Amino acid sequence: MASSDDVAIVGIGITSFARQPDKTGMDHGVDAVRKAVADANSSWEDMQFAFGGSAAAGAPDTMVSRLGLTGLQFINVANGCATGGSALFSAINSIKAGMYDVGIAVGFDKHEPGAFRVNTKSGGLGEWYGDVGMALTTQFFGMKLNRYMHDFGITEDTLGKVGEKAFRNGSMNENAWRRKPLSEAQVKESAMLSYPLTQYMFCSPGEGGVALVLCRADQAHKYNKNPIMLNAAMVRSRRFGSFEVFSQHLAPEWNAGPTVDTSKAAFEMAGMGPEDIDIAQLQDTEVGAEIMHMAENGFCEHGEQEHMIAMGETEITGRLPVNTDGGCLANGEPIGASGLRQVYENVLQLRGDAGNRQVPNDPKTAYTHVYGAPGISGVTILSR
Amino acid sequence: MATQVPVGEGLFTWPSDDPRLIGSRCLDCDNHMFPAQDDCPKCAGNSTEKVELKNQGTLWTWTIQGYPPKSPPYKGPSDPKTFEPYGVGYIELADQLKVESRLTISTKEELNIGMEMELVIVPLYTNDEGEEVMTFAFAPTA
Repeated sequence: MASSDDVAIVGIGITSFARQPDKTGMDHGVDAVRKAVADANSSWEDMQFAFGGSAAAGAPDTMVSRLGLTGLQFINVANGCATGGSALFSAINSIKAGMYDVGIAVGFDKHEPGAFRVNTKSGGLGEWYGDVGMALTTQFFGMKLNRYMHDFGITEDTLGKVGEKAFRNGSMNENAWRRKPLSEAQVKESAMLSYPLTQYMFCSPGEGGVALVLCRADQAHKYNKNPIMLNAAMVRSRRFGSFEVFSQHLAPEWNAGPTVDTSKAAFEMAGMGPEDIDIAQLQDTEVGAEIMHMAENGFCEHGEQEHMIAMGETEITGRLPVNTDGGCLANGEPIGASGLRQVYENVLQLRGDAGNRQVPNDPKTAYTHVYGAPGISGVTILSR
Repeated sequence: MATQVPVGEGLFTWPSDDPRLIGSRCLDCDNHMFPAQDDCPKCAGNSTEKVELKNQGTLWTWTIQGYPPKSPPYKGPSDPKTFEPYGVGYIELADQLKVESRLTISTKEELNIGMEMELVIVPLYTNDEGEEVMTFAFAPTA
């Protein structure tokens, strides 16, 4: 039975993540909000609060001039790849604290084509770091994965299989950017960008918008006959010894990283464990990230991924479907929207509304995970 | 011969016949850092001293930068027609730290986790003043 401090998601909205030259990042945000509010059988005037995130497409709170000047509390959130998770964390606690009954979390972005151009100054790095050609996120992913494959026996075939799955799932998602299926061989044989990672093993910065309407669970049926419970939303930063993007040095000792801490905290908040999860959306900046994050989030031991993926356990029809909408690989990574896209997909799957990519295991619980610079992670757990 | 200048101040001893990276050491917990910084992220202390780091170590992990980085910020040759891939890795300096560095080799057949490497100072680009800008890198131990 829902109590007054439980939180439900009662409206969801998403825009196409395809490249659209005539559409601004803010357009994505406004469209997503309108869709989410309509999905909640509600109106913008009913929203009591908003948390909005965008890394590169303008201040989210300026969208009120298009949505309506209702005087609501609108707070901008900027927390890198965990922007969406941070917006949800803020929303969940605004409701749990009894401050508000219903509100919205929105994220959107639009990035220039190609790898992210890194501002070494705002990242707390010396200018020399960019000068010498080390301020590239792609290098970190290649180096973390190279060491991981060495330590835990993950093969290049498995990297190719994860890419093949992403583009196959993306081909079934009308909102995905890259909808053309690619074979394992095509993924492996594309241009080598940062060994061992090839072009089609990486996601690209992209564009898109997602909005979610959240409310007190005991009022959820006013808005939606099929509410989804938000059991946990957690964000953590790194601890000493972890291996992160833009680490100019690493400690001799080793720490498993912020994903492990975030995951444990989220499972504790939800009163669940990894064995209780039916479907997972995991940060797949590149194929190796998905593989490593399966273990870091507690879904298997390090090294077990090789066998799990060979057996198809992470396919839509598998035991633990992972990145059912094609993930970042097929959708691109608009930073402000990316984490909320994962939650959107899980709500769709839990409602049974995912159409031709609906997982057949009658999912009751769903998990999202993001990871990004400079070593932050965000996790959510949903249930119905 | 063009004047040689370091890519950043305080990164390595230069000019020098036997160059070393300049890091810092926490006086409270012995944690090592590079580049040198005043605060210690391990024990949250702020008593550090500058130290010259070991110039030899083992390759802990590596990758090869296969496409030209965006410029800015990259200052090396980035013309797609002439771009040459370069290696990047972490070199474990025993009892100190693992330092991120460019590598002098960039073919995967020659790169192996655990191989012995040593510090070298190499040219990166020529600046507008005609000076040769130098950076640090690690090369297989001769």
